[in-house]
Amino acid sequence: MNYMLTDDQKMIKELAKKISDEKVIPVRAELDEKEEFPWEVIKALSQADLFGLYIPEEYGGMGFGCFETVLVVEELSRACCGVSVSYAASALGAYPIVLFGHEEQKKKYLPAIASGEKLAAFGLTEANAGSDASGIQTTAKRDGNHYVLNGTKQWITNGGEAEIYAVIAITDRNKGSRGASAFVIEKGTEGFSFGKKEKKMGIRSSATRELVFDNCRIPKENLIGREGMGFIVALKTLDITRPGIGAQGVGLAQGALDVALNYSRQRTQFGQTISSFQAIQHILADMAIQTEAARALVYATARMIDGGEKTFSKDSAIAKTFATDVAMKVSVDAVQILGGYGYMREYPVEKMMRDAKILQIYEGTNQIQRNVIALQLIKENSGKN
Amino acid sequence: MNIIVCIKQVPATTEIKIDPATNTLVREGTESIVNPFDVYALEEAIRIKEEFGGKVTAITMGPPHAAEALKEAIAVGADDVILLSDRAFAGADTLATSHTLSKGIEKLGDFDLIICGKQTMDGDTAQVGPEIAEKLGVPIVTYVSQIKKIEDGHIQLQRMVEDGYEVVETEKPLVITVVKEINEPRVPSLRGMMRAKKAEIPVWTAKDINAEEEKIGLLGSPTQVVTIFVPEVSRKGERFEGEADKIVEQLIGKLKEDKVLN
Repeated sequence: MNYMLTDDQKMIKELAKKISDEKVIPVRAELDEKEEFPWEVIKALSQADLFGLYIPEEYGGMGFGCFETVLVVEELSRACCGVSVSYAASALGAYPIVLFGHEEQKKKYLPAIASGEKLAAFGLTEANAGSDASGIQTTAKRDGNHYVLNGTKQWITNGGEAEIYAVIAITDRNKGSRGASAFVIEKGTEGFSFGKKEKKMGIRSSATRELVFDNCRIPKENLIGREGMGFIVALKTLDITRPGIGAQGVGLAQGALDVALNYSRQRTQFGQTISSFQAIQHILADMAIQTEAARALVYATARMIDGGEKTFSKDSAIAKTFATDVAMKVSVDAVQILGGYGYMREYPVEKMMRDAKILQIYEGTNQIQRNVIALQLIKENSGKN
Repeated sequence: MNIIVCIKQVPATTEIKIDPATNTLVREGTESIVNPFDVYALEEAIRIKEEFGGKVTAITMGPPHAAEALKEAIAVGADDVILLSDRAFAGADTLATSHTLSKGIEKLGDFDLIICGKQTMDGDTAQVGPEIAEKLGVPIVTYVSQIKKIEDGHIQLQRMVEDGYEVVETEKPLVITVVKEINEPRVPSLRGMMRAKKAEIPVWTAKDINAEEEKIGLLGSPTQVVTIFVPEVSRKGERFEGEADKIVEQLIGKLKEDKVLN
């Protein structure tokens, strides 16, 4: 389908495709097998100026928006979601500063993130606070001109590899959802350390670690926005980055479809290619229908966000949920089309199937997304009757 | 460091089709790319600039659409580009090509280093680099796989030879030709691609570079192509079938018979 991309958008997509084809596809199986962080790809993405895509030009970025970022995440995910999540997680860590940071913070942190010199990460999840973010135990206590952080963040993407962390901590437990605040914390700060690297089912080239704060003192200037704005910072950040997870789903589904289609035209059984069997054709057609529908939805959402729409929690939840459910289904179908070969690590689809599962879980499980969608539907409807 | 990189636009395939009627290359429908070895040359130039500062100029001789190759050079970081394009340049062999390129380079002025790919994937002669050095009267080091040191006008290079490598030290200015082992080329940058899109490519004609008519194009080319043909494949395969043990024996027997094995 022709999405009528502008010349710049075509260029961005082409550049991301080149990186995927030349720098990611040849190494993805090895990165997965060795659970190795993709520094070489990160270097290529920084040289290509792609880390600064969504960062305003005055802070060293390219000044593009959510849609262009979606195009890059999609292309990278076609090749490997371990790579694309490492790229996207840096945006997740940077957006709190882009959206709510004060001028000094923007000047201090954004240029290094835009150039790819430093990766960023976002720390919200804890052992007892996943879907229910109000369960956060990490505290930040004001002490003169400092805050002192204590607690542990869990399963933080880019943990240990990133230099700059946006972290949500409780500043006043009595204030409920207005008692959390967002902070920027640099790697190397005393009292800030990392847990072991987690062993995962998929996206194994990405790094997932605990962030451990033990009497970690940071200057009060590291507060993002105002005290009590932590959940707003987190929710607005997730709203704007959620189409990126949808884009991971679209890219992964496309990658799986491409492999399955090529295979079906080469594999012969009963004296003919398996693509000549209607049983296979219908699976391929369904994979294409779902992938294209997911793409159209993710693109429309990203374009709406860039267009200036203010309320988009429901739409970004719809895009994320649909596209990641599609990725799961399409990658399972791809394994089925490749049969025994699909189950082997020699072919890329079993990895895609393992990678797809996390898309339905992280950045808000698809069940939580459905809560958001349903509550918004009911809210919209209650005004009418 | 003032570095000049010579590049060439070539068809993006090694399976060249030849029109049987005219015996010329069929270029229609074939995408054009920058000659792969020249991409390594360009990358090395950009790396030297990043380390020592200076300027990278990419130069090519070709028809107007060769400007696309120069845009790719801008996208990866070339500061300046020059397209040598003139009907009078057409039909050039390596001698006329190197004459034309060296006249263009003379017009560009002083340089420290000229980098070329070891050869093109269409012509495959590997002659243009050395010929440019000859015409400009500077040293040439071919098949360079590593630049080991650049210091006070001296340059130490490692070059690939048949059974190993040589380390050569010489002085600037000079010409080098590079092999693919020298680096891993980067992808272009978005800023570079945007700059390339807007860039106007300067075109120099034969007159602009004061090229003498009898030394360029067909007139300046002593090489005469008598005929171009697709060679017949004379090799015949032989297929052994059956149990692995037996066909391995058969194969070894055959290889001994043909004196491949003793």
